[in-house]
Amino acid sequence: MSEVLNKIESIKLTAKDFTSDQDVRWCPGCGDYAILAVVQRTLPEFGIPRENFVFVSGIGCSSRFPYYMNTYGMHTIHGRATAFASGVKGANPDLSVWIITGDGDALSIGGNHFIHIIRRNFDVNIILFNNEIYGLTKGQYSPTSEVGKVTKSSPYGSIDTPFKPTSVALGAEAGFVAIGIDRDTKHLQEMIRRAHKHKGTSFLEVYQNCVIFNDGTFSALTEKDTKQDSVLYLEHGKPLVYGKENDKGIIMDGLTPKIVNLADGTYSINDLAVHDEHAKDPTWAHILSRMNRSSDYPQPLGVFRDVERPTYEKGLVNQIELAKGKRGKGNLESLFNEGDVWENN
Amino acid sequence: MEKEVQVLEDVTIRFAGDSGDGMQLTGTQFTNVSAMMGNDLATLPDFPAEIRAPIGTLYGVSGFQVHIGSGKIHTPGDHSDVLVAMNPAALKVNLRELDTNGIIIANEDQFTEKNLKYAGYEVSPLEDNSLVKYRVFKIRITHLTGLALEDLKLPNKTVDRCKNFFALGLIFWLFSRDSEPTIAWIKDKFKKTPELVEANIRALKAGFNYGVITEAFQSKYEISSAQLPKGKYRNITGNTAMAIGLVTAVQKAGLELFLGSYPITPASDILHDLSKLKNFGIKTFQAEDEIAAIASAIGASFAGDLGMTTTSGPGVSLKGEAIGYAVMTELPLVIVNIQRGGPSTGLPTKTEQSDLNQAIYGRHGEAPLPVIAPATPSDCFIMAFEACRLAIKYMTPVIILSDGYLANGSEPWKIPSPSDFPEIKVEFLTEKNGKLPYSRNEFNARPWIKPGTPNLEHRIGGIEKANVSGNISYDPENHHNMVYLRKAKIENIANDIVPAELFGNETGDVLVVGWGSTYGAIRKAVELQQSAGKKVSHLHIRHLYPMAKNVESLLKGFKKVLVPEMNTGQLASLLRSDFLVPTIQLNKVYGQPFKASEITKKIDEVLRG
Repeated sequence: MSEVLNKIESIKLTAKDFTSDQDVRWCPGCGDYAILAVVQRTLPEFGIPRENFVFVSGIGCSSRFPYYMNTYGMHTIHGRATAFASGVKGANPDLSVWIITGDGDALSIGGNHFIHIIRRNFDVNIILFNNEIYGLTKGQYSPTSEVGKVTKSSPYGSIDTPFKPTSVALGAEAGFVAIGIDRDTKHLQEMIRRAHKHKGTSFLEVYQNCVIFNDGTFSALTEKDTKQDSVLYLEHGKPLVYGKENDKGIIMDGLTPKIVNLADGTYSINDLAVHDEHAKDPTWAHILSRMNRSSDYPQPLGVFRDVERPTYEKGLVNQIELAKGKRGKGNLESLFNEGDVWENN
Repeated sequence: MEKEVQVLEDVTIRFAGDSGDGMQLTGTQFTNVSAMMGNDLATLPDFPAEIRAPIGTLYGVSGFQVHIGSGKIHTPGDHSDVLVAMNPAALKVNLRELDTNGIIIANEDQFTEKNLKYAGYEVSPLEDNSLVKYRVFKIRITHLTGLALEDLKLPNKTVDRCKNFFALGLIFWLFSRDSEPTIAWIKDKFKKTPELVEANIRALKAGFNYGVITEAFQSKYEISSAQLPKGKYRNITGNTAMAIGLVTAVQKAGLELFLGSYPITPASDILHDLSKLKNFGIKTFQAEDEIAAIASAIGASFAGDLGMTTTSGPGVSLKGEAIGYAVMTELPLVIVNIQRGGPSTGLPTKTEQSDLNQAIYGRHGEAPLPVIAPATPSDCFIMAFEACRLAIKYMTPVIILSDGYLANGSEPWKIPSPSDFPEIKVEFLTEKNGKLPYSRNEFNARPWIKPGTPNLEHRIGGIEKANVSGNISYDPENHHNMVYLRKAKIENIANDIVPAELFGNETGDVLVVGWGSTYGAIRKAVELQQSAGKKVSHLHIRHLYPMAKNVESLLKGFKKVLVPEMNTGQLASLLRSDFLVPTIQLNKVYGQPFKASEITKKIDEVLRG
């Protein structure tokens, strides 16, 4: 143990240590740059040797991410990063595994693996770059694009109903769900820390601006004049309050959140719903996940849910240990001779 | 009454009934007891895809054929000598495979008007003299089982489910089998429900005693034990042999096994077997689908385990992209395809060898990988080991092509000693020593570098790699070179595999070339031809890609080359295109293995020219 501690002690890594020698090939102005920089800046805080990080991605603009990290990395096939990562973590639970994916990669072609890794609860971190568009294939609507969106493959407007990644994750029994945004890097950094800290599958959705095919889709959440009235920062134990003058809040009307004005004297801050990220029942987190800018609600940013349960890899290791204890360490001689054996003389 | 005892060299028995009648179990018990009594044998389970098809129907018939003998047994028998028919449908479906003068043991109680109608009989075949060519024994098996269990006061349904043991007991008597191993098995199997132990043992004994006392049977039979080489034996199915082979290889390599798998007929038993062996440190991961199964296995190989995935044809179709990824990233991986009738869902419980083209060519881009195929159930053990050896040494995915017949069929396995197998050398790169992720050793293999190794951090992926560095590269010349490097790596494996073994003379009139599960039928046919003085030899190809270097010269030593396959000619056309050798085809896609007689007949035809 002390050896490990000494090792950690001696590691004083910086963002530079996590930067690979490869040229970054995203479009100028892409939101991905900011996310990359935050990740590179945050990893040194964790005290984990660099060689123990593995970044696994699928296909799409965001999935080029591992090439730019000076860690172990796997740029896999479309939609399957979560499945590859399950094998990496299952084979070696000591690794710190990070999955980088996008809205098309995780939710369309990879929807199946996305829900199942969350259900199993491998201790990995999923960062989903959601730009609500297909970038690498040059501008088709994605499963998170709004109805009516005009794109190259929907010239008359998309007729697909989008889904909300956080709602999907919660439906798949996610223990950790959070949303950050590329333009608020300080908040994003905190979300990355929290995702890392959570034992189990951490799902972090990051709103990310595609400058080429969907520019400005999140501008209400990032521009100075609209931001404060559009974003609700979630903090555990704190009332749901937002607005330029902290003059708006959310109360619960049964199971329906309702926006109230705190300025006219009808409601006070004490009437507002209070955020509980540790609520065992996922209903509260789910209610929050339904609130977003496509409705009239403000967009919650922050940790929606942080509740731990046993991880898959721990279960896997425990079963092996249990079997070894019960049946003794595997022995080929006895395996060969199992069942009805006879001798020919 | 003392009965006459006749000694037989071999006998083929087919147990047939409804899919809920326990015929697979009955057949397996007869097989195991015969194996323990020293007979050589081969089996052919033949069951419908439906778990419990409607009772009495033709498509619900489940059969189990076993061929035992005192000489070398290569096949489960072209025809059966004995048919146990638990109902009219079982009789109807299996009668055409019964030899003239063969024995029919029919459960008379089930020849009811309703069941006869289901089977399409207007009049009971037991009553209308249509079976005069056979020796028919009508026995009220259900009724007699009920009598034997009467005082146990069990529900009718339970009593009914014991009738297969009555039938088994009778067959045990008829063929002078020892009941003790089956009694021991019943005691263990039903140990939690003592009343079932009692009921099944009583039914078994009642069947046996029925044989002793009834006057219907004038004689009983004995089959001497076979002259198998000295040693310890067990009866083994292809799927179990495969599982044990995979475990042996990882143990010999000092690696851990990660199996990513999705249940599919007829491969699931390998997942079941390996799941039980957690005490070997085996990690089994039942994935959400076929793609996740292979993806997790590749992820595990990247992390330093030996990743594997077990499936059948439809699963391989889904895994194609990921297999290509493993080719590109040059990671070790074992893909087991237990072939079944295709295309699409095809015939899930029936056998076929129609995935050879898929294994060799079934990926986009130039994606070569080794393809190997076991020839018999116990050979699955050897080829599983071989697949792991090649995957590790050459840093490549390897496909093993087994099939439903090998998977579920069984034969006596001479149990080896673990020390008979060499260690498989694994070298993880731990120090840079001037090496890069796509440097190559003398075998053209790149280094295997585990995450967690300091200073060797690197990224792999599906985008074309720059030679040596492994960084992404779109350079045209580099892509061309890499395509050829990957191809050369796999082709070079031809220098590292056992030469193809020829049975018979190196020159002659006809060479019968096979692969996979046709081995037994071909071997028997060729033996017959040779003993008739014909210049016929047998070549069985176990390494299909790349092939052993002596294959070409062997092919060219014969006037004619005959290729029997359970497909429309996939190996035949491969041989034609690779070696410019004319091939004569014998093809059968019935979902059933070849009969030796079908091959013999074709050889005669070819010899006649």
